[in-house]
This record gives sequence, structure tokens and C-alpha cells, in this order.
Amino acid sequence: MPDAATIKARIEAAIPGAQAEVEDWTGGGDHFRATVVADAFAGLSRIQQHRLVYEIFGAEIGGPIHALSLKTHSQ
Amino acid sequence: MTDQHDNPIRQAVADAIANNDVILFMKGTPEAPACGFSARTVGALQALDTRFAAVDILPDPRIRQELTALSQWPTIPQLFVGGELVGGCDIVTEMFETGELAALLGAEGQAHASEPAVADGSTLQIENRLS
Repeated sequence: MPDAATIKARIEAAIPGAQAEVEDWTGGGDHFRATVVADAFAGLSRIQQHRLVYEIFGAEIGGPIHALSLKTHSQ
Repeated sequence: MTDQHDNPIRQAVADAIANNDVILFMKGTPEAPACGFSARTVGALQALDTRFAAVDILPDPRIRQELTALSQWPTIPQLFVGGELVGGCDIVTEMFETGELAALLGAEGQAHASEPAVADGSTLQIENRLS
């Protein structure tokens, strides 16, 4: 089962320079909320930014990770 | 396009996106959303008095499968405006809060004001909504 710390570590490992804040939204280990700040997002649309994060987890989204709510920013 | 003859559901999803200026693929219906994320997205559209078509993906798992294959987007809901994926609940909510959604829908509404949304109920149950 994924946990918030693991999801944070995977996002930060996959996107160079990213800083992620991840919380378990419901406490149930399957609904997470993440805020991700990364230079890599500069110039990308929100769709493209979110796709970069979703791609890290692939089929886990909708599977073990029922929901990963995202806010993304470049800074 | 040729392989789409073998895949009527993918074709129906693609047609629905092409034929409706504003279309929301969701869990449940606008009156009875089956998921909080779908409910929140419907709420943003209704708050802007948006006329939109809605497709419930729950009756047939192949709808979600083909939609995600087309959009390359893993989650539901998915909002399309003018044939382009705008996003899911997070992006729609954020764009609603910043006013970007109103600007996008306003521009789209002006451009297509005379074209009613088209419902093609043959494969997908598409409902047209004016909040």
C-alpha cells in the first residue's frame, strides 16, 4: 500500500529539482493530495504538468492509488 | 482511423468529444454524481451557467478504458472544451478559482452560441445540461 512519504519520494526522485508535499487525504492510504513545485514545469500547461506526475505512477492511479489530487507550480 | 471500425466505443467517445463544445465525462449524472470529484467539477460548470453535455462512464467499463486511451489522462472526471482536454477536477477547480475557466467557456460559448450541443445516444448516453 502506498503512503504519503513514498509518493513524495517517488515524485522528487522522478522530476529533477521537484519539491513535493503529499498528504493522505482521507487517512485510508488511497486518496492523496500533492502539491509539487518544480522548475521542470516551466512553460508547460497544467495538463502537461499533471501528466508528468501521473506518468510516475502509471496504472497505480485508479488502482492502489484511488486518487492523487494535484496542484503543480513552477518556480 | 481504420482500426476505429473495430472499436465502436472509442469512435463514439471521439465523436462525442468532437460534436460537443463542452463535454464532461463523469461518474454518475449531473443530478446524481457518484463521486466527489465529479460533483465538484459539475458544480464549477453550473456556477458559470455552462451548457454542457455529460457522459456517465460507469455503465460500461469500456467507456473509461477508451476515453483514457484517447486522452492519455488516468482519472475521471475529464472536461473537454472545443475538442481539447482541459483537465480533471483539480485543474477545473483551479481554473474556476482564477477565472480562467469562465474566460475559456465564455470564449467558447460566444464562438458557438448558435450551435446546440449534439446528443448521440446510440452508444453513449449523453445528456445535455443547462444548469
